Amino acid sequence: MAEAHPVGFQWVMEAKERGAKVIHVDPRFTRTSALADLYVPIRAGTDIAFLGGIVRHILENELDFREYVVAYTNAATIVSEEFRDTEDLDGLFSGYDPTTGTYNPESWQYAGQEHDGVRFDTSTERETAGGLQHESHGHPVQGRPERDETLRHPRCVYQILKRHYARYTPEMVERTCGIPADKFEEVARAWTENSGRERTSALIYSVGWTQHTVGVQYIRTGAIIQLLLGNMGRPGGGILALRGHASIQGSTDVPTLFNLLPGYLPMPLVKHTTFTEWVESIRHPEQKGFWNNARAYSASLLKAYWGDAARPDNDFCYDYLPRMTGDHGTYRQVLDMIDGKVKGYFLLGQNPAVGSAHGKLQRLGMANLDWLVVRDLFMIESATFWKNSPEIETGEIVPEECRTEVFFLPAASHVEKEGTFTQTQRLLQWREKALDPPGDCRSELWFFYHLGRVIRQKLAGSTLSRDRAILDLAWDYPTHGRDDEPSAEAVLFEINGYEVATRRPLSAFTQLRDDGSTVGGCWIYCGVYADGVNQAARRKPGREQSWVAPEWGWSWPANRRILYNRASADPEGRPWSERKAYTRWDPDKGEWTGPDVPDFEKTKPPSYRPPADATGVEALSGIDPFIMQGDGKGWLYVPSGLIDGPMPTHYEPAESPVRNPLHGQQANPTRRTYRRPANPTNPSPPEPHSDVFPYVFSVSRLTEHHTAGGMSRTVKYLAELQPEMFVEVSPELAAERGLVHLDYAHVVTSRAAIEARVLVTDRLTPLWVEDRVIHQIWLPYHWGGEGLATGDSANDLFGITLDPNVLIQESKVGTCDIRPGRRPVGKALLDYVADYRRRAGLTGDHRTPILTTDAVEREKP
Amino acid sequence: MNRLYGPLDPAPDAGYQDPPARMGFFTDTSICIGCKACEVACKEWNGVPGHELTMLGMSFDNTGALTANSWRHVAFVEQPVPAGRQTPAFAGTPTGPTIAPAAAADAVTTTTDTGTEPGLDPGRHPDSAARMAAGPEFLGMPASELPGRQPGREERTDLRWLMMSDVCKHCTHAACLDVCPTGALFRTEFGTVVVQEDICNGCGYCIPACPYGVIDQRKTDGRAWKCTLCYDRIGDGMTPACAQACPTQSIQFGPLDELRERAARRVERLHAAGETTARLYGHDPEDGVGGDGAFFLLLDEPEVYGLPPDPVVTTRDLPDMWKRAGVAALAMAAAVAVAFLGRPA
Repeated sequence: MAEAHPVGFQWVMEAKERGAKVIHVDPRFTRTSALADLYVPIRAGTDIAFLGGIVRHILENELDFREYVVAYTNAATIVSEEFRDTEDLDGLFSGYDPTTGTYNPESWQYAGQEHDGVRFDTSTERETAGGLQHESHGHPVQGRPERDETLRHPRCVYQILKRHYARYTPEMVERTCGIPADKFEEVARAWTENSGRERTSALIYSVGWTQHTVGVQYIRTGAIIQLLLGNMGRPGGGILALRGHASIQGSTDVPTLFNLLPGYLPMPLVKHTTFTEWVESIRHPEQKGFWNNARAYSASLLKAYWGDAARPDNDFCYDYLPRMTGDHGTYRQVLDMIDGKVKGYFLLGQNPAVGSAHGKLQRLGMANLDWLVVRDLFMIESATFWKNSPEIETGEIVPEECRTEVFFLPAASHVEKEGTFTQTQRLLQWREKALDPPGDCRSELWFFYHLGRVIRQKLAGSTLSRDRAILDLAWDYPTHGRDDEPSAEAVLFEINGYEVATRRPLSAFTQLRDDGSTVGGCWIYCGVYADGVNQAARRKPGREQSWVAPEWGWSWPANRRILYNRASADPEGRPWSERKAYTRWDPDKGEWTGPDVPDFEKTKPPSYRPPADATGVEALSGIDPFIMQGDGKGWLYVPSGLIDGPMPTHYEPAESPVRNPLHGQQANPTRRTYRRPANPTNPSPPEPHSDVFPYVFSVSRLTEHHTAGGMSRTVKYLAELQPEMFVEVSPELAAERGLVHLDYAHVVTSRAAIEARVLVTDRLTPLWVEDRVIHQIWLPYHWGGEGLATGDSANDLFGITLDPNVLIQESKVGTCDIRPGRRPVGKALLDYVADYRRRAGLTGDHRTPILTTDAVEREKP
Repeated sequence: MNRLYGPLDPAPDAGYQDPPARMGFFTDTSICIGCKACEVACKEWNGVPGHELTMLGMSFDNTGALTANSWRHVAFVEQPVPAGRQTPAFAGTPTGPTIAPAAAADAVTTTTDTGTEPGLDPGRHPDSAARMAAGPEFLGMPASELPGRQPGREERTDLRWLMMSDVCKHCTHAACLDVCPTGALFRTEFGTVVVQEDICNGCGYCIPACPYGVIDQRKTDGRAWKCTLCYDRIGDGMTPACAQACPTQSIQFGPLDELRERAARRVERLHAAGETTARLYGHDPEDGVGGDGAFFLLLDEPEVYGLPPDPVVTTRDLPDMWKRAGVAALAMAAAVAVAFLGRPA
């Protein structure tokens, strides 16, 4: 956190000053570790084993916050007797289909709901990263599942969880993660002792958790711990995702993703032929909770897109929306470029030639387009790959023959344009423009508005039906200034939503209608322009308001600062403790009250129990704080909505030097792979030849540089602070491989070999794993061929293997070899890497095995 | 005439009537996260030139030292010693002996041209660098042998990574100022020491005079440059650029009296929390430079950070020297007189 989020780290330092204990778990000793009270080295890619050990520690010692767990989580819910755990099936859950590599989750359901007519299509869900829509809400739950609040029923979630993690002992954590048992117990003690009625703990993670083939399940394990300890929905608790750069939260809320529309509405699939079919697939008519109003959110969104043309009688122009046929994720797109299926591409503030996994495929893909538009502050590698890239040196790209026409358009920086940033707390903060952008630099808003305007001009008068979607767009934003900059506030106003007849801004998403009378560009942002005031621009100092500071910026939903804060009170609505008081039920006034906006229907009393036939919001009882979940409970066990299982299980990374110590199943059996010769995976046990790539490597950021380096290697004062690409190794590995401090070394995988200066440092340590010494090396991933400080790109080392739920690449862990000296150049480099592939057996029609256990076969009668 | 030694308030001593409070920096290295925002903010605000793009290999330090082209410098020191009450970082892992002394010794040989004179501190030698990194139990240089191959050495289990943002100390008795023949260096009303770039003639007298090796000459223009404590900002009531940019308040700016009180309380708290090696550096008006306007909280001996343990203003003995010179001159004159007077008529 100190490395990549130094500004946010000030609050950690402040907490430490006030007595907080800071624990840092990381494969290498970083600037964060230097300031922590406890540093725990870990083998990259083993976090579920580590966190699972904490879950076991809590359950075996009954350290869970029992009253909270029984009332607010699904611990008491009974699961189907058809369910089989990974402990029964050697690392697989029940329902695995080896032909598709996905599960049929019917047997994972709550008891009595296994065969209720909901059809699962997990294969399509994986193709389209269907899990992403659950950022704002859980999967539906039918009816009223059976519960045992004594938690003794052998098939209740609590008991299932206990059995699932029974083998995650401190000894197993030590064998798997390389963390000494006493150190692990120190963490477990600190975490549990700082949770309960009087105290809460926060969990902070970043892309070190997300960029794995089991990334979603990493965070799930964290969520299980936080729910068991009662740390959710309470002040000082929660799980916080630190984002890679500014407004990443905003770019999923109003998304730049292929499978989502604003407010986590899923992009329609090709099978959703009508508006109603699409909406019903989102809202599930019998579902509990606020998602039931999806029709109003969707209709208002289409009204924002197509204005007066969108009417109830034409399905609000639903037919103009593109529909997904399958995987169109960023990695699929790159492969489709190579295969000639994608012809044109826009890159905005993104540098995949350096920043994305498997740099070579990124560059070869872009070199096979008709046209490419790059908008950036500096001339980046993704704009110059056709004349300056490793593939020029090897002859794989010939500048004279490269067919791609690249349009480089200079972009305005964040101080040269206005708009909002949305940060990790879902807080929108307005940004003023400090100065005009220089020369031809323009904002993204300017670019897209005028691009749309010009395209509409060119199409004007067209009678072709295919052009209607463009011509019918509501494209009427006011512009101002020297460059005809569109008004960002007008866009925010449309995102907020308004009543069509009066253009009166809406103040809450409950005011959105499905009859065409309201416009709303992103339902969860409804209220950011309440009363015609830009609420995101509020900057009332903290000392002039309550400690929650509700008048600084605006957070979605409804300016609520802590989600699910009903959970900060006990089932009767009283604070769990005065020290941690937040939202409480005021019986005299008959309403929920507190320093924040209560995350509950304001006047629904704790004693409310829904009638048997209730649906929607009405079906949530007075003790169901997790109102966006299908049953109002925090999910320790996820019966549906995840591709790879209802509970997190330790799998080895797709590339690992060791056999999975827990299961015959080596790696995530549902991981998304793209089999092609240019995308090999280094062998892992039980495959032979894993010794060709004996070391674990990880990549991450330095404080001195920003992501792919486009904004830092180009700036003298930053470039000089970390001027050269380097690789960090421990003294022990340096001795083993003959690496010398400050000399060159090169790192090799089955995809690439890159060179770097060697930094031999005590900050890295080998680990004992399964009685073997495992060495880990670390590289920063900022370098490329452009800018002032140039060097080889670490992300060239990775292949493309993805998490099945959200299609994020595993780019935080892989296996490699490291050798002293510089890498070969030119064609010799290709031969060198090919020789490694030959020695690793990655030739011809080699296929990396996905299934590495025969447990399912053995189970068959 | 200004006093050259002992405690005093420098601005009134320099002749200011009712000057504002003496301003300074308190740099608390116990909360420094080594982000180098201070280095960058200083260069941006003051238009300081960049330096060569060379990796020094001194942990994460690629700046090397305070020079005419780097007015803030963040030192990074990796030491195989315990950090406060922390559980040893690598207890129970299969480690060999430490590399820190050898790597640090190696790194000091990487010094490159900074475009300044003398540039990187000429006093750094491989041995002293190794000693810095080794902590109190330095076992001697591991020579040319590959790291990890020295039999009989103990395994490393502890690790401490010290970070410290160094800067001009703005001494109470500033030798650079005392020796400046042109008046380019002057004492401001805030008690700080500033070079006036339009008056400096590049004589370079100030450079050997500084007991900390801070002030330095830029080769391109021959003039001497160093931190101004953002004289142009503090005159307008603003915070110096480095302190403004520091995300953890490791660099604190304010009236020196307040900073000294705050620092004393901070040391007490750290001691109570088990950081028994925490100490202040440059805070004492009784020290060899009369106390620094920019002082520090350190977690180890000053030498570990590359600071002199007991700096003394190099002009301290000037009055004595002048006195002696005067006595000598008088004696000479007397002798001459005697010689003349004594001559037989």
